[in-house]
Amino acid sequence: MSNHHPHEETGGTTSPYAARIRAIEALLLEKGVLTEPEVQDSISYMEARSPANGAKLVARAWVDEDFKELLLSDGKAAASELGMDPEHPAEFVVVENTPEVHNLIVCTLCSCYPRAILGRPPDWYKSFAYRSRAVREPRAVMREFGFEPPEGVEVLVHDSTADVRYLVLPMRPPATEDLSEEELAGLVTRDSLVGVNVPRAPARTG
Amino acid sequence: MTFEPGDRVRVLPAEKPGHVRTPDYVKRKAGWVEAVVGAFPNPEELAYGLSGLPERPLYRVGFLQIDLWDDYTGPAEDHLYADIYEHWLEPERGTT
Repeated sequence: MSNHHPHEETGGTTSPYAARIRAIEALLLEKGVLTEPEVQDSISYMEARSPANGAKLVARAWVDEDFKELLLSDGKAAASELGMDPEHPAEFVVVENTPEVHNLIVCTLCSCYPRAILGRPPDWYKSFAYRSRAVREPRAVMREFGFEPPEGVEVLVHDSTADVRYLVLPMRPPATEDLSEEELAGLVTRDSLVGVNVPRAPARTG
Repeated sequence: MTFEPGDRVRVLPAEKPGHVRTPDYVKRKAGWVEAVVGAFPNPEELAYGLSGLPERPLYRVGFLQIDLWDDYTGPAEDHLYADIYEHWLEPERGTT
């Protein structure tokens, strides 16, 4: 291939899979199935999305009860209200952690993930190990991520098998009353949006 | 919609080749309809460039983990939701 791809990774990815994808992309362009602007649009779509979007939704829900109600009843409407573009053929459902129930998201069949909000899933989310173990031994998986649900808390696993993408609304950590909405969003990790961990209050200094 | 929230259902053990959205580990397992998600074009046909019409009802089905795995070590209340299309479900009449 002589044409230089503008999105070529500077690190020089040379794995057989990367080479295969490049070859398929070149063929699709050559045959006119896709155009270069379409490929660029698709890359821009993904790059405009990140876990920071999920963190914003969660932080707003923590400080605004009406917004929380909207987020839990109509996730796409809530995302639109914060200026995000949640358009995607799949439904978007937000599930709430409570003192009684802790939620964990997985896609055992492939890698379904709320990409329209969070962008690409992390590699571990797509791994066979996570996909097979999250449904079979969710508590062991969470322990390895550094989280153990307190005694008496039920674990609820959501397997995204079909047309719904799930996001966890974690509980607001204790002792965060003084934090601004933006500071609260800073506590919300990608792991906590999948449910393998929970947000924690910042360590007190001084 | 054939099923309503609260109905007991069992997942059919069908061995359908190709693109399906019903994972093996829930086949033959009994659970309950937690919610009716809606109706969607059948992904088993969409995957092959077909229309997927008519739309199929999709249910959120709940299972107790101890019903899914003989050796589940967590609390008996732990459960799992999977989204299952209607043609993979039958009414559950037996006791589990």
